[in-house]
Amino acid sequence: MGQSIWQSMEQKGYSRRDFLQFCAAAATVAGLGRSGASQVAAAFEKQEKPAVVWLHFQECTCCSESFLRASHPIVLDVLLDVLSLNYTETLQAAAGFQAEKCLTDTIRDHKGKYIVLVEGAVPTGDDGVYCMIGGKTAESILQTVAKDAAAVVAWGSCASNGCVQAAKPNPTGATPIHKLVDKPVINVPGCPPIADVMMGVVTHLLVLGQVPALDNLGRPKEFYGRRVHDTCYRRPNYDAGLFVEAWDDENARKGYCLYKMGCRGPVTYNACSVVKWNEGTSYPIQSGHGCIGCSEEGFWDNGPFYQHLPAFPGFGIESTADTVGAAVGLVTLAGVAAHAVVTNVRKRSVIAEVHAEDQKEP
Amino acid sequence: MARVVVDPVTRIEGHLRIEAVVENGVITDAFSAGTMVRGLEKILIGRDPRDAWAITERVCGVCTTVHALTSVRAVESALGIAIPPTAELIRNIMMTTQYVQDHVIHFYHLHALDWVDIVNALKADPKKAAELAQSFSKWDKNTPAYFTDVQNKIKSFAANGLGIFANGYWGHPAYKLPPEVNLIAVAHYLDALVWQKEIVKIHAVFGGKNPHPNYLVGGVPCSINMNEVAAINSDRLNLVKRLIDQADEFVNEVYIPDVLAVASFYKDWAGHGGGLSNYLSYGEFPTKGYGQPDAFKYARGVVLGRDLSTVHPVNATDKEEIKEYIAHSWYSYDGGDKVGIHPWAGETNLKYTGPKPPFETLEGFEKYSFLKTPRWKEQAMEVGPLARLIVSYAAGHDDVKGLVGDTLGKLNVPVGALFSTLGRVAARALDGALAMGWLKEFYAELMERVKINEVSTFNGELWEPKSWPKDAEGVGLTEAPRGALAHYIKIHNGAIANYQLVVPTTWNGSPRDAKEQRSSFEQALIGTPVAKIDEPVEILRTIHSFDPCLACAVHLYDPQGRHLHQVSFE
Repeated sequence: MGQSIWQSMEQKGYSRRDFLQFCAAAATVAGLGRSGASQVAAAFEKQEKPAVVWLHFQECTCCSESFLRASHPIVLDVLLDVLSLNYTETLQAAAGFQAEKCLTDTIRDHKGKYIVLVEGAVPTGDDGVYCMIGGKTAESILQTVAKDAAAVVAWGSCASNGCVQAAKPNPTGATPIHKLVDKPVINVPGCPPIADVMMGVVTHLLVLGQVPALDNLGRPKEFYGRRVHDTCYRRPNYDAGLFVEAWDDENARKGYCLYKMGCRGPVTYNACSVVKWNEGTSYPIQSGHGCIGCSEEGFWDNGPFYQHLPAFPGFGIESTADTVGAAVGLVTLAGVAAHAVVTNVRKRSVIAEVHAEDQKEP
Repeated sequence: MARVVVDPVTRIEGHLRIEAVVENGVITDAFSAGTMVRGLEKILIGRDPRDAWAITERVCGVCTTVHALTSVRAVESALGIAIPPTAELIRNIMMTTQYVQDHVIHFYHLHALDWVDIVNALKADPKKAAELAQSFSKWDKNTPAYFTDVQNKIKSFAANGLGIFANGYWGHPAYKLPPEVNLIAVAHYLDALVWQKEIVKIHAVFGGKNPHPNYLVGGVPCSINMNEVAAINSDRLNLVKRLIDQADEFVNEVYIPDVLAVASFYKDWAGHGGGLSNYLSYGEFPTKGYGQPDAFKYARGVVLGRDLSTVHPVNATDKEEIKEYIAHSWYSYDGGDKVGIHPWAGETNLKYTGPKPPFETLEGFEKYSFLKTPRWKEQAMEVGPLARLIVSYAAGHDDVKGLVGDTLGKLNVPVGALFSTLGRVAARALDGALAMGWLKEFYAELMERVKINEVSTFNGELWEPKSWPKDAEGVGLTEAPRGALAHYIKIHNGAIANYQLVVPTTWNGSPRDAKEQRSSFEQALIGTPVAKIDEPVEILRTIHSFDPCLACAVHLYDPQGRHLHQVSFE
């Protein structure tokens, strides 16, 4: 408490060089270029807990709710010790013009140093009248706040890729943040993003002092570098061609692969099957429902959800978002069967024999 | 006379603006405006009805699950699907879990700071706070050391800028709690923040994640197999049991005692914020299937004019009962702005006619909100925990009558005290306590079914669209934590032809109707005192007592699939 970022980093064992690297990274994200690093360093040495503002536009508040579910660190410690959350319509005590003052004071007092977390898409249709706060349009608020920010994070699919309101026919012109602000945006997609993934991003920015490595869609590679399918514990069933054929059938009760039930795990880059949800309690596939691909751009229009994906011969565990396109169509059941049976028939028979042995036991 | 504007109204879900006219320190008129719209109903058209739960669940991430449940009920009602009893129990467990989590978060994190002065808590004597807390709760954390620790945390936090607590109305004369009660409430605010992430693990067990767990038309997606590691098994059920026990302790030893302790210092608020005198509940928690509302834990019906002797039946499919108006909403109807339309037959075209942003006031504009205005038999209705309790009380449900009577006795106030801002806060706490009890009951019943291997969680007879009729229509009704919620669906050739949501905050937070009758928020503000017009904490008290959810409340609907966005600036 009461420490500057530098003091806090020093205490945690980081060197002065680490600190300056952090400042350089922050300056780059802020669009200040590397020459801006000394300016940022001076700011962070003096400033105590970094000022953070959380904007809400076209959203359902599931990202805020997810943030509250974090288990390591817990949100209470983050709010009390790690950052100074000066504006968030969901939790802040102040309302009306006192709330707006929290925002304008932060912009004025922490110019170039505060971090903006955005939840929600911005409607650009019809001069922005579909989302207004304090009589101002979402877009005008975003532009004002982002202009002097050190970093902009797009929480969730709404801010990262438009999400549900941008699904066809996108009646309000819902637009993701990176298309509206002229500085780099860290995209943390998901509906919502996993709480501990959000905390991981916060840790990169505010504790490690780094912008996490990003893929070509602006997503942290740490959490969006692998497909759900490639790290799924049900993957061996897929490889063996063992599938759930109907909800709650015998195969569902054995936890077989949900591919034929429409699972989007093979085309979804997210950390669900490793980090899991709610302190590692479960993730959609573990609880019997396929992944709906909620962190992928345009996932609402890549349906219906219960129609399965085509088999992708090119899919291998080594694939990353940078090497495989996200565009996916739908084909018939024959595709899956052919892929699964032909490529895995041997493995399947081995696993099937084991199951058959099990059945024989008294 | 002054016009007080509160925008943004914070500590709610979504974007709400309140404009209130204050004369001689009392509110004489009020306008409630929803200022964000997404158009989800238009997006639903043409999609697979079995996907609708996922899309509508994204209406709201605070009351997550409630739209998903309402949506699967709507589709099942349209197609005539009955779900297995075990699936019904799991849905009930999910929903009661949501009630408990939602109400506790609402009290501490969204509402308490209207009653609790966090800065004043620094003046408290931790020892006295511990004695006081121990006098009304057995919770073993309530010790002097604990309260000292919390006080130190707040002190050190305050020394470094107040963060989310900055610019609150601290020191306002309307705050009445002694420093020790403020400290107890602040301590439990922090504890509730830590606890709320635990109970929702129940959603993760059965639905894979929270927020936004998975649902399924025809049942629930999880399978039960007591001899399989990759299914709902003894380990998973034991986890649920532990989370339920933990929640039971928090609700009964922390939440309920705190609500009563705070309420006992604000009895004058039993005289403010009464608002409407009509209450609507769709009923909730099926015990013999969704098709038998008579066996629901909460009754379905309407109470008119606070007359507890009669419960009027509600038929949501009757085209004369429920209608939506747009006389003061930013939409247009082909038949003119004065008519009301049943959700199945409605039409909506967005038509913004408010001031061009940026603007200072909505004064002088005939239309002032993106919320439509629903009415039951032309009358305005309050919905929510208070409405639920009143309808079930009037319907003679014993568990509700017992708990309400008991609590009124503890607070030493008459039944009439319920019809107020304070009554709404207390009703929500009792609603949470009832849901907590039923959650335990549903879990015990689930274990009984597991014991006899009645574990089917899905009815697949009508899963395939080719088994459906060419045309079907249905209604899904629930009591969401915030009140009566309806989804109306029309299916044509296996696709959604039409989808409409009539949501709790649409009932409560809507603008006036064509007859100039006010809805709940506006009516409840009339007569509310405002001590300082630049710090209108009293407005927040009454508005927050409804637990507004604006993302839910605002929607657009266009059954013909026309694209008629007309925006004109006056």
